[in-house]
Amino acid sequence: MKNSVGREIPAEALAVELKNGRKYEPYQGKGYRDGKYIKKAGPTSRIYQKPIESKILPSIRDAVIACGIKDGMTVSFHHHFRNGDYIVNMVMKEIVNLGIKDITIAASSLGDAHDPIAEYIEQGIVTGIQTSGIRGKMGDVVSHGKLKTPAILRSHGGRVRAIEEGDVHIDVAFIGAPTADEYGNARALGGKGDCGVLSYAVVDSEYADKVVVITDTLVEYPNFPPSIHGVNVDYVVKVDEIGNPKKIASAAARMTQNPRDLMMAENTAKIIAATPWFKDGFSFQTGAGGPSLAVNRFLEPLMDAKGIKMAWAIGGITAAICDLQRKGKVGKIIDVQDFDTGAIEDIRTNPNHFEMTASEYANPANKGAFVNKLDFVVLAALEVDIDFNVNVITGSDGVLRGAPGGHPDTAEGAKCCVIVTPLTRGRMATICEHVVTVTTPGDCVDVVVTDYGTAVNPNRKDIIEALDAAGIKHVPIKELQEKAYSLVGRPDDLQWKDKVVAILEARDGTILDVVKEIKPYEI
Amino acid sequence: MSIPRPKPEKFRLRRTMMFMNAQKPGLIKDAYIYGADSIMLDLEDAVAENQKDSARFSLYHALKEIDYGDTEVIVRINGLDTPHWKEDIRVCVAGGCDGIRIAKTESAQDVKTVDEAVTEAEKEFGVEVGRTLLMAALESPKGVLNAYEICQASPRLFGVALSGGDYRKCMQVKVIPGGIEMLAARGHMLMAARAAGIQCFDTVFTNLNDDEGFRAEVKQNVEMGFDGKSLINPKQIPIVHEMLAPSQKEIAEAEKIVRAYREHASEGVGVFTLDNGKMIDIAFVPGAERVIKLAKASGIYEGDL
Repeated sequence: MKNSVGREIPAEALAVELKNGRKYEPYQGKGYRDGKYIKKAGPTSRIYQKPIESKILPSIRDAVIACGIKDGMTVSFHHHFRNGDYIVNMVMKEIVNLGIKDITIAASSLGDAHDPIAEYIEQGIVTGIQTSGIRGKMGDVVSHGKLKTPAILRSHGGRVRAIEEGDVHIDVAFIGAPTADEYGNARALGGKGDCGVLSYAVVDSEYADKVVVITDTLVEYPNFPPSIHGVNVDYVVKVDEIGNPKKIASAAARMTQNPRDLMMAENTAKIIAATPWFKDGFSFQTGAGGPSLAVNRFLEPLMDAKGIKMAWAIGGITAAICDLQRKGKVGKIIDVQDFDTGAIEDIRTNPNHFEMTASEYANPANKGAFVNKLDFVVLAALEVDIDFNVNVITGSDGVLRGAPGGHPDTAEGAKCCVIVTPLTRGRMATICEHVVTVTTPGDCVDVVVTDYGTAVNPNRKDIIEALDAAGIKHVPIKELQEKAYSLVGRPDDLQWKDKVVAILEARDGTILDVVKEIKPYEI
Repeated sequence: MSIPRPKPEKFRLRRTMMFMNAQKPGLIKDAYIYGADSIMLDLEDAVAENQKDSARFSLYHALKEIDYGDTEVIVRINGLDTPHWKEDIRVCVAGGCDGIRIAKTESAQDVKTVDEAVTEAEKEFGVEVGRTLLMAALESPKGVLNAYEICQASPRLFGVALSGGDYRKCMQVKVIPGGIEMLAARGHMLMAARAAGIQCFDTVFTNLNDDEGFRAEVKQNVEMGFDGKSLINPKQIPIVHEMLAPSQKEIAEAEKIVRAYREHASEGVGVFTLDNGKMIDIAFVPGAERVIKLAKASGIYEGDL
């Protein structure tokens, strides 16, 4: 069955069983489930009526046993420790050592730090993966059909929806925390590996049957104000190290000096400034990649020239936006993840820098997340096609190596979604006829800025008019694609086997696309 | 595949000439995207002595296979005191570049020598004789003093440029904010170029972190009457274009002159008075037309002239 972005969704994918019995539908277009209702799924939670002094257990192994983890269960993790994370590997090692199998990992994201999981997939111990990001060896083995069930890939907002709706049920959540007290009140500041916020893990703490907080820094009770509330936590484990602090919080990305990136960033800022939403009190989100990050720098003089300020910025937070706030140009920063030490330092001391939950950030099924009030979002892409569909998950070889993250959430929510990408990368055309995998649907993407020109989604007549009025040139996206192919040639089609290895869920829980098992290229 | 380039226009807008190493395919493959009026592919200083061949090779293929559109493509060749310049010229002409920048020009003879070699190459490769334009870089006091004869040395020559690095070395001075050390050279070269009726371009500004200094120098260039400037980084391009753009007042005045002149000319009147009392004759028209052209190139002209 074809969905509304023209992707064939095989019956095999539509038949994948969700925990709550909900049936998958193909993607139906932007805003499809608006106004409908969901019945939230609740966890089965143990009563702690008799006072106990402490929830601390001596080891992760003890926690795995105490939680009663058995074959077929689902365990969850968050990705605030990014590539410095030790939690996933430590916990999975204990689960495997106890001989438990048929485990589903439901993480907010997974990365290169989790290469050891690939082996558990090959051994058939890990049989399900639900995540935003999938990369490295794990991406490779899943793409080669080694995971027993299709991986389910969701946006950050889509994950919260899926958990709240009961599409996935978390049996045990393992939440790494920079600091915790003996009752499990956990914070992301004050420890050895601070990550600033624990936004993505909040839903896990509220919807998992059992919740384990793992920390390397026990602090005095009560560890307040907590990101993860002790009332939701069953056990606390102290380990030597939750992660590698250097990789949990990287130094602030240096502002790019690449003239190509700078040019694209400057053009993006000019486009933003030409739209009707660029007025006092506007809201903004940008990514941490070179050109996206540089947009901050070019936006500032345009704000000054117009005498306006930004009311709030959301998203993954970087030092760049904190600096802008320090200059008095941004009202509030509402933070779901910290990309660098500058952002972490800032939330430690800045009274106008707040933590929010992933649900508040991007959940399409609550009563109005931040993304719904967002004016501008600037995003990157691996590929964009002539229907404005974006791919951020599969490489040019068809192998899983990315993460939708907040991309589809902010793209649907924001009034103006701008994608910034060079026209070509090496020999690959970034602007192409058909993306390998649709991860953000084209009906949510408004403007594409490349080094060879800008294209506006023809559905956005208002933006086209605004750019025309400002004398900003733009071309049909087809022209950019043809230019790209004229430079690097037309790529051969990828070759796939029949097996579906991953399902790309739209944020509302319909199916946007599938990824099939890659067929080794034969010459 | 070979991209045909239109015949180069001798007097065109050349506000910005961006230098880049001809040896680096990653740089020259799409150098036009930054919007410079001209790009300057360098075979001289940017290329190591033992890499001249490979730079020519990459240059030739770029000229043949990349569609630079409206962007003018000029090549800086090695000096006449090197063994490279003749082969450089053959590659430029065979590839079909728009113009050649002669390094270290010191006399009219230097220009003539290059002109002859270019003519020879044009014949050799079946290119229309006279198609390839020239510009001369003055890099020494001697070159500056001989500017006027240099400026008149060839019908191919569209302009002269100052090269600050070598000039300052000869003069035993360093870069001074405000440019007092270059004042005489800039002034002399400008007068020579205007007297000969060709264009004149200022030297590069090398401190990429000093935006304020760059703007100050461009402002001075504009006030002294330069047509454009050599650049070393794409981020300098929009600044020059912005600072060279005429004001709305200048545009309005220019429009008035051009319109009034056309009306009066059709009635056979050569001298007339504008509503502000200014007397106008044909001498004002090229200047006014240049303002309109600049305004168009700067993307700020909304009229219909």
